Amino acid sequence: MTIDLDLTAHEHAANLRAGEYTSRALTEATLARIHAQDASLNAYITFTDDLALAEADAADARIAAGDAGPLTGVPVAVKDLLSTKGIQTTAASKMLEGFVPIVDCTVVQRLKDAGAVIVGKTNLDEFAMGSSTEHSAFGATHNPWALDRVPGGSSGGSAATVASRGVPLSLGTDTGGSIRQPAALCGIVGLKPTYGRVSRFGVVAFASSLEQVGPFARDAEDAAHLLGAIAGDDVMDSTTVPVPVPDYTERFDRGLQGLRVAVPEAFFGDGLDADVRESIERAIEDLAAQGAIIDRSVALPAASAALPVYYIIAPSEASANLARYDGVKYGFSVTDGRSVEDEMAQSRGRGFGAEVKRRIMLGTYALSAGYYDAYYLKAQRVRTLIKREFEAAFATHDVILTPTSPSVAFRLGEKVDDPYAMYLNDLYTIPVNIAGNPAISIPCGMSQGLPVGMQLIGRPFEESTLLGAAHAYGQVTDWHRQAPPALG
Amino acid sequence: MALTADEVRYIAKLARVALSDAEVERLGGELSTILDHFQVLNDIDTADVPPTAQSFDLHNVERPDVTRPSFDLEDVLLNAPRREDAYIRVRGVLD
Repeated sequence: MTIDLDLTAHEHAANLRAGEYTSRALTEATLARIHAQDASLNAYITFTDDLALAEADAADARIAAGDAGPLTGVPVAVKDLLSTKGIQTTAASKMLEGFVPIVDCTVVQRLKDAGAVIVGKTNLDEFAMGSSTEHSAFGATHNPWALDRVPGGSSGGSAATVASRGVPLSLGTDTGGSIRQPAALCGIVGLKPTYGRVSRFGVVAFASSLEQVGPFARDAEDAAHLLGAIAGDDVMDSTTVPVPVPDYTERFDRGLQGLRVAVPEAFFGDGLDADVRESIERAIEDLAAQGAIIDRSVALPAASAALPVYYIIAPSEASANLARYDGVKYGFSVTDGRSVEDEMAQSRGRGFGAEVKRRIMLGTYALSAGYYDAYYLKAQRVRTLIKREFEAAFATHDVILTPTSPSVAFRLGEKVDDPYAMYLNDLYTIPVNIAGNPAISIPCGMSQGLPVGMQLIGRPFEESTLLGAAHAYGQVTDWHRQAPPALG
Repeated sequence: MALTADEVRYIAKLARVALSDAEVERLGGELSTILDHFQVLNDIDTADVPPTAQSFDLHNVERPDVTRPSFDLEDVLLNAPRREDAYIRVRGVLD
């Protein structure tokens, strides 16, 4: 029989349990499709066919034994920032080309425990620094909606392969918008969990106080199942918070009636494209028609300073985290330098790409003697103001609604030579990482044949509220069912 | 504010990143532009505001001190660029 690869993960899971087809058959068909699509997309750095087929056989045994969960036997792709035991993990950097981790990161271990089938490692901006997946040592990823456009970033490969119906689920990481912005630009669902909700153990570190691993999916139900599988505290990551993990579909029956939605005007100002604004305004009307209470009086003035705060804090943390790449223990290594110090500097100078060097330099400067107070400490104080502002807004509202990205997918090459123009892509997503709250991007419109995404921000550890609202919105609209043109 | 080439080279030395002259010149311009955008923070009054290093204040996270097996030596040396027996080989650090 022919397997319909356009189904969602929960539809596949039901079919697998009903014996309609096996995980091995689904996995073989999935591998064939993602290999074929990659000639157009370049969404993957590494395919893991052998691992996937072994996991599929194990999943089929579990299903036969009646021991299947919602992800058992379902194909999943993971961002190549997540360590996979015995499988190259590059962070899309020449620095880590050929690096083979000796452990799985916690989230990959949890996927394996859930019986998921890992089919490949997806492309990203080098060390997750970027908003277009053009800063990859392995070439740019293309947007399945228009191959001359970017998929967003940094988790662009994970977003593109879900949008193109290559896999139903994938994992990305989000430090300033790296799940939500590509989800918006590719027309799928992407969720950044609350800081501390998901373990970062074994995730190649960029900015430790900001980043989280989270799901990409085509609907809220799939995102809920994938988040449920990876969430929870971890003895290997002491920043995980011991809050119980709920069933993330627990609010799916709640609907939108009475949901208190703040729409801050600060997120609708200069820089927002008119067509994106139009889609968001229509989505707000749809929510109101379902009984949501819209409040446009919330100001959030400090959030407008989030971009400079982020571009001080994140590069500062990156400059410290990336100090470990010295060409000695692992990674790219220059061995013919004049001295040990020269070899380290040469290894880093040649192993890192342009954007990574830019951020290491920026962070080193912000932390250096004489500038620490003016930049790093100042940014941390403004961070407090942004956090307080969010806390105040959430005292009287359930969610904050904003556009996810100021524009639809832009053209490859359009912004890659203008760092600050690239940074502005994350204007609306960055404040959320600064405050630590969870947020979801859901498809809410089309413009110029390209998807538009809406961001819903929630209270800490209330991912269920976001997923419930996304599910309810998906019941009365069909933006999340729009599919890009089929690829070869 | 404009960073001079010497300042860029000084930061590169702190960061242990070898840069070509062309990179020094380009980064000087790019970093100066980015730093200019940071000036808006000076307009925000943070006189009595404490800094936030992490979103949710977790303190003194502890676990029982239980011994666990270490990684296998071969595994640990798997990715070493230069290896000699059970060691990672590096350049001499003393002249």
